[in-house]
Amino acid sequence: MDYPLLLGIFPQVFLDGIILGFMYALIALGYTMVYGVLEFINFAHSEIFIVGAFVGVELLLGLKSVGLLDGLPWPLVLFLTLVAGMAASGLLAVTVERVAYRPLRNAPRLIPLISAIGISFFLQDLIRLFESLWRNAFNLVYPTIDVLNLRFELTETIDVSVKSLVVIVAALLMLWALHVIVNRTTIGTAIRAVAEDQAAASLMGINVNRIISLTFLIGGAMGGAAGVLFGVQYGLINPYTGFIPGLKAFTAAVLGGIGNIPGAMLGGLVLGLLEAFAASYLSLLTGGAFGAEYKDIFAFSVLIVILIFRPKGLLGEIVRERA
Amino acid sequence: MLSVDSLDVAYGEIRALKGVGLQVGRGEIVTILGNNGAGKTTTLKTISGLLQPLRGTITLEAESLVGVPPHEIVGRGVAHVPEGRRIFNRLTVRENLMMGAYPRRDAGVPADLERVVTLFPRLKERITQVAGTLSGGEQQMLAIGRALMANPRLLLLDEPSMGLAPVLVEQIFDTIADINRQGTTILLVEQNAAMALSIAHRGYVLETGAIALAGTATELADNPEVRRAYLGE
Repeated sequence: MDYPLLLGIFPQVFLDGIILGFMYALIALGYTMVYGVLEFINFAHSEIFIVGAFVGVELLLGLKSVGLLDGLPWPLVLFLTLVAGMAASGLLAVTVERVAYRPLRNAPRLIPLISAIGISFFLQDLIRLFESLWRNAFNLVYPTIDVLNLRFELTETIDVSVKSLVVIVAALLMLWALHVIVNRTTIGTAIRAVAEDQAAASLMGINVNRIISLTFLIGGAMGGAAGVLFGVQYGLINPYTGFIPGLKAFTAAVLGGIGNIPGAMLGGLVLGLLEAFAASYLSLLTGGAFGAEYKDIFAFSVLIVILIFRPKGLLGEIVRERA
Repeated sequence: MLSVDSLDVAYGEIRALKGVGLQVGRGEIVTILGNNGAGKTTTLKTISGLLQPLRGTITLEAESLVGVPPHEIVGRGVAHVPEGRRIFNRLTVRENLMMGAYPRRDAGVPADLERVVTLFPRLKERITQVAGTLSGGEQQMLAIGRALMANPRLLLLDEPSMGLAPVLVEQIFDTIADINRQGTTILLVEQNAAMALSIAHRGYVLETGAIALAGTATELADNPEVRRAYLGE
């Protein structure tokens, strides 16, 4: 076995895993926050994520067509794209809740789930319809910004692109901002209060519906940001691209302990790293018997094992106190 | 101050309240006595907007509360300490108290926080602790303190003695009497009739969803029916 090679690629694989992990973490937050307040899985979140990616690509293509893509400083362009993607996905998530989930609040639990799956299909085909009419194509590629593809050589075997750094920094900033909002502000405390006990929260004078909308707004915006970062990092998107990252982010949320915000971040990182290591190391370690295409099987096998021993997830609560 | 008239409330097909009427005057402690399932909690939940009545009126200082959502009723000056306390276990004591003042925009919040921790010094000691780690008595203090943070004119208390040791019950009831002397009107639902009548001015007895008896605390405490059914004689 080629140990120097195994060790040599380790930092690179770790970096790839971290990037993928942050992507999953940002998406997983949308699932886990909504689950926290409503105990409901928003299966349309993968499309809310990909809408962010599409709004981002449309903005960049628009800037390109008027010649501003290289005219404006690239950090400004990226910032605008992120804000646009976050705003679009956040508002879309709020609208979906109002139209498709709130009227079903008191229905049996499966009903809003079906509604979410319906919204998911609806949004996929809505994007496809729109892009087909507007661009005559629904597979879109993020236009390249040259600076982003520059690579720094850290060592002889490891290098890192500017866009990878941008993705990591942006994701860290957003996770930090979310942490501050949820744990250090009154409105964040209200979100946690509603998540724990809606009736008691309403007795405090908290407008529960408004907090639920806010939760969808924040979760959606995080998903939209992930969408833009996904496009910047991987380039190609289509209306159905959201499904797999969405499913994996949902898994990451469950792995971390559904409803638990730090858990979603941790779960995302763990899943991203597992996948990256499986993709690079499986064939090396098995002499080619299992290739990189087995990465999902490996990652999900590990997940299943973790969940057998910790069914509440890595950071899930063991017991709910209620004296 | 609060006037409830011919209130009918149902859970689906089950009629929980049948024509309940009661009055609470400014500055009073009024208690509602009754057995499990008599409709005491339902009455409080309907006043605070958690349940909608089928018919009947609820007026606070001449304003109707029927159809007003619970989060707005708090703004009108009614705070409800629900049955089972319902504190936020995962929030700290301070966060719980601050949630009690959530809709307030006035400058009086720090002063009220000071007042609450003076009333319940135990809460001050544990202000940074997560509320789920408090003892039952401390949780009850927190639930009452949290409601006081809304600076209510009327405080609805549902079974503050539930699950507490007798010495703690006395302490809590002393504090309730204190809160009343400081100017807050109180509507108290209690199974511990002896404790409730010891601090109340007036009371009602609720039986299977209807008011069976009404009177001053002394009248009720002397009533043979009440003595037999609720005071265990």
